[in-house]
Amino acid sequence: MSAGRVATDAAPVWEAVIGLEIHVQLNTRTKMFCGCEVTFGEPPNTHVCPVCLGHPGVLPVTNEKAIEYATRIGLALGCRIAERTIFHRKNYFYPDLPKAYQISQYDLPLGIGGHLDVELDDGSDLRVGITRVHLEEDAGKLVHAGGASGRIDGADYSLVDFNRGGTPLVEIVSEPDIATPDQARAFLTQLRSLVQQLGVSDVNMEEGSMRCDANVSVRRPGEPLGTKTELKNMNSFRFLHRALEVEIERQIDALESGERIIQETVHFDPATGLVSSLRSKEEAHDYRYFPEPDLTPVELDEAYVERVRAGLPELPAGRRERLIGQYGLPSKDAALLAANKPLGDYFEAVAAATGDARLSANWVMGDVSAHLNAAGLEVTQCAVSAGSLAELLGLVRDGTLSGKMAKEVFETMIATGKNARGIVADKGLGQMSDAGELDAIVARIVEANPGPAEEFRQGRDRVLGFFVGQVMKETRGQANPQMVNDLLRRHLAAHGN
Amino acid sequence: MTADTGSAGYALDVRCLTAHQCRELLTSGDVSASELTRAYLDRIAAVDGSVQSYLLVDEAGAMAAAEAVDAKPRSERLPWEGVPIGLKDIFCVKGMETTCASRILKGYVPPYDATIIAKLRAAGLVFLGKLNMDEFAMGSSTENSAFKITRNPWDLERVPGGSSGGSAACVAAGEAPWALGTDTGGSIRQPASLCGVVGLKPTYGVVSRYGLVAFASSLDQIGPVTRNVGDAAALLDIIAGRDPRDSTSIGLPEPVGQPDRGDLEGLRFGVIKEFVGDACEPGVRDVFDSSVDAIGALGGVCEEVSLPSVERGIAAYYLIAPSEASSNLARFDGVRYGHRTSHSEDLYEMYTRTRSEGFGPEVKRRIMIGTYALSAGYYDAYYAQAQRTRTLIIQDFERAFGRFDFLISPTSPTVAFKIGERTADPLAMYLSDLCTIPVNLAALPGISIPAGFSAGLPVGLQIIGPHFSERGLLGAAHAVERKLEVDLVPPLAEAAR
Amino acid sequence: MISRQEVEHVARLARLHFDEEELAQLQPELDQIIDYVHQLAELDLSGLEATSHAVALKNVLRPDEPVAGLTQAEATGNGPDVERGQFVVPRIG
Repeated sequence: MSAGRVATDAAPVWEAVIGLEIHVQLNTRTKMFCGCEVTFGEPPNTHVCPVCLGHPGVLPVTNEKAIEYATRIGLALGCRIAERTIFHRKNYFYPDLPKAYQISQYDLPLGIGGHLDVELDDGSDLRVGITRVHLEEDAGKLVHAGGASGRIDGADYSLVDFNRGGTPLVEIVSEPDIATPDQARAFLTQLRSLVQQLGVSDVNMEEGSMRCDANVSVRRPGEPLGTKTELKNMNSFRFLHRALEVEIERQIDALESGERIIQETVHFDPATGLVSSLRSKEEAHDYRYFPEPDLTPVELDEAYVERVRAGLPELPAGRRERLIGQYGLPSKDAALLAANKPLGDYFEAVAAATGDARLSANWVMGDVSAHLNAAGLEVTQCAVSAGSLAELLGLVRDGTLSGKMAKEVFETMIATGKNARGIVADKGLGQMSDAGELDAIVARIVEANPGPAEEFRQGRDRVLGFFVGQVMKETRGQANPQMVNDLLRRHLAAHGN
Repeated sequence: MTADTGSAGYALDVRCLTAHQCRELLTSGDVSASELTRAYLDRIAAVDGSVQSYLLVDEAGAMAAAEAVDAKPRSERLPWEGVPIGLKDIFCVKGMETTCASRILKGYVPPYDATIIAKLRAAGLVFLGKLNMDEFAMGSSTENSAFKITRNPWDLERVPGGSSGGSAACVAAGEAPWALGTDTGGSIRQPASLCGVVGLKPTYGVVSRYGLVAFASSLDQIGPVTRNVGDAAALLDIIAGRDPRDSTSIGLPEPVGQPDRGDLEGLRFGVIKEFVGDACEPGVRDVFDSSVDAIGALGGVCEEVSLPSVERGIAAYYLIAPSEASSNLARFDGVRYGHRTSHSEDLYEMYTRTRSEGFGPEVKRRIMIGTYALSAGYYDAYYAQAQRTRTLIIQDFERAFGRFDFLISPTSPTVAFKIGERTADPLAMYLSDLCTIPVNLAALPGISIPAGFSAGLPVGLQIIGPHFSERGLLGAAHAVERKLEVDLVPPLAEAAR
Repeated sequence: MISRQEVEHVARLARLHFDEEELAQLQPELDQIIDYVHQLAELDLSGLEATSHAVALKNVLRPDEPVAGLTQAEATGNGPDVERGQFVVPRIG
């Protein structure tokens, strides 16, 4: 991001205003308005029927599960769920749209007026408003052929596969409360996590089950909103971040050169790092929305909404509070564990088994997470189960292993798949905690080093480290450090007058 | 009845057979299903050169179906098995070309059956073929067919009415014992009136629209075209019913059964003042007045009633119907089925040429009106205002049904007009539907029965009932029909064989 | 009342093309029809709801259960131009 260009505390020059529009593909068994199965990666036009192909005479029928899933999303985002919601037709011509209209929602959407509290990288919170949540059907898939890039420009012709057509989508529209690409990424990450926890979508950006468009404008602080452009179909977090950076920069450059921003759709090319206009010879769409005459209104009473609400899993915000309260975790740790449900589950299992939340959190946030990141794994794929980790931590707590030793054992557990006790037994790693044995060793070393002993008694506390080092060398690092410390102080104090 | 007993060598005269009579011939064994179907195919061959009611005659398919019926012992057959029927070319019949009388669907073979088609198959009816219509049901004369002009069997220089002109002419000419049509603004009732047969438009939602190529979704209904009210009742019971594939379908509260009402004692009939005014031809008015007398003679009480808002019906209809149609017909884009232009440089050109080549002038006109009425800036003044007018009309009818059991009027203000007489003036054509359109807007059931003749041309009586009153409506219609005893056989010469 | 420009704009929205001759006939026809339907504008219907469905239904839904669809051959059987199981359309750009 260009320093000094976007608002900083020191010298605000321009500020960006970003609103995001996210499409989430629901993982219902069947499509939004017909009984075809929702699939991915199947041979073209093998999961279609006259309805989702838009044949003459066909009619849509609404999937009740899609209504439920959309209600879950609306509730999780704190929206008010409409008592009466209807579908509208959005009319336009495009080859992936078989009826030449998309059944969507217009002025009576399923949910309105929610918010998502986003934890930013610096630990502060940003409340991003959610304007609306609504249902619609997905279009088919277009592949452009004959050109070099596989994109529309330069293609000779295109091929259409309608397997995806008709899949239920929930559209989530945020208020333009986002100010930077970092905030946008944080919002999208946490929204994704929330939707994932609801169990209603795979929210996989690479596969297209979550898609993101952005509306971006810039203005000098205090001035009215600038003209916005639309960035469409950003298919990864990195892409989103980079595209926003580039578009914000482009707009600032343009305005500073005295140009005007044109309201249009722009495309970001990751290969060139440039943004270009997507305007074709077609004019701006006039969607001619009108209520869908083939469908009935959907009226959701309080009993229904409460039933859906009761069925919601614990959501990140609630879990975060509970982790703080129940386990005394610091806010940042609690937020991280709440945002990643499987990791949070893992932590709580370990904490329950060991009875030591602090120790468990340190390990889960530390060694376990480091390992997962390095190996590119999700915690559900971790070689060390919660139970196995708990066993290892038990050996730390009962003094069998030092913290340092435990880390080595952990690495061995990952490498070999063996459990902690087995490894300790194999390698004879038990931390020496036999007081009698240690006492003898400490005594011997103090005897053998009168000089440093005297220095210690004169007040040079640092000399203790020398003695600790000697004991550790003698015991090949397996002595219980706390015990060593106590014994040394006793012997050093006792020695002498 | 002029049927000979069936045995090889004797031609069966089907000119005035009702469906019930066909059924009796079959169940008594007097005639085989093959002989009956053969007789109708022969009749078609003899007169359709003049009448031109069929777009497609499925001789092989019909005979095969009839032979299959004959192969079953009579005791195992369903009640209507083996009775032939004609189908307006607007229903999707799996494996049979369905064109809606449009070039844009020439060659389209549906991969599925409409729900009503499936019901007819299940009942064992024999499909004779597909009947001519105004293109996409848009018209009042069947002159808008892309393929041929159907002629009124009572005067071959005149129109049969529309859009179900093929269905009405076919039944009037004895080319099928009964047929199915569709009614959006009068398209069953008006041709029935002009051809001297019975035509019923059920309450919206009684018959499933799944597989009916949509014209105006909130107005379209499927209904019987028959030689008498009893046949209409029987066919209605076969096709009616709630369909899970049609969200707007409701079905009948109970089967209507066979009407057997002898008189009209205790029933009050409201004469719709706005439909018997100046627009009504004097000859039509005379026949209507005789019907009123007949109702009185049967013990019914007739009184004039004013429904002022119905005068706005045509205007409201010609906003709502084209708007919905403009959206319903957008799927005809040359991508997945039907006509595609042979030469285009790009997608936009392909769409535009395909649709311009494929649609006739009336269809294009209505698409233009509808697109305009829905477009940005016009929606509220046109489409929304028309839907509010609809509410007004519904209220007027509700008020009237508070005082009357049924409402009556001439079905059409005129008798059949000459071919070509109104084609130069679209608006004049629209005014043919003055008496029928408001019934669709209010979703009410309405029937036209032959009431007499004016200058040798048929005049129909329209009876309208409250929602879901089909049973009582058909009962009343039956009583009037018996009293009026109208001759149904046109003086149609057979072609030399 | 409907200008030539509006007619052309609406035709584009509807993906229809009219040549000069057709436009010369179409514009007055549309004008006449729009003029006729415009009469509704003089009605004061501000107190009324718009009716989408005269017979009011609500909550017609279906269960999330699969229903057999079409084979690829059936799905593409009516296609004017099909390649490798997909519908071909000309260059979009």
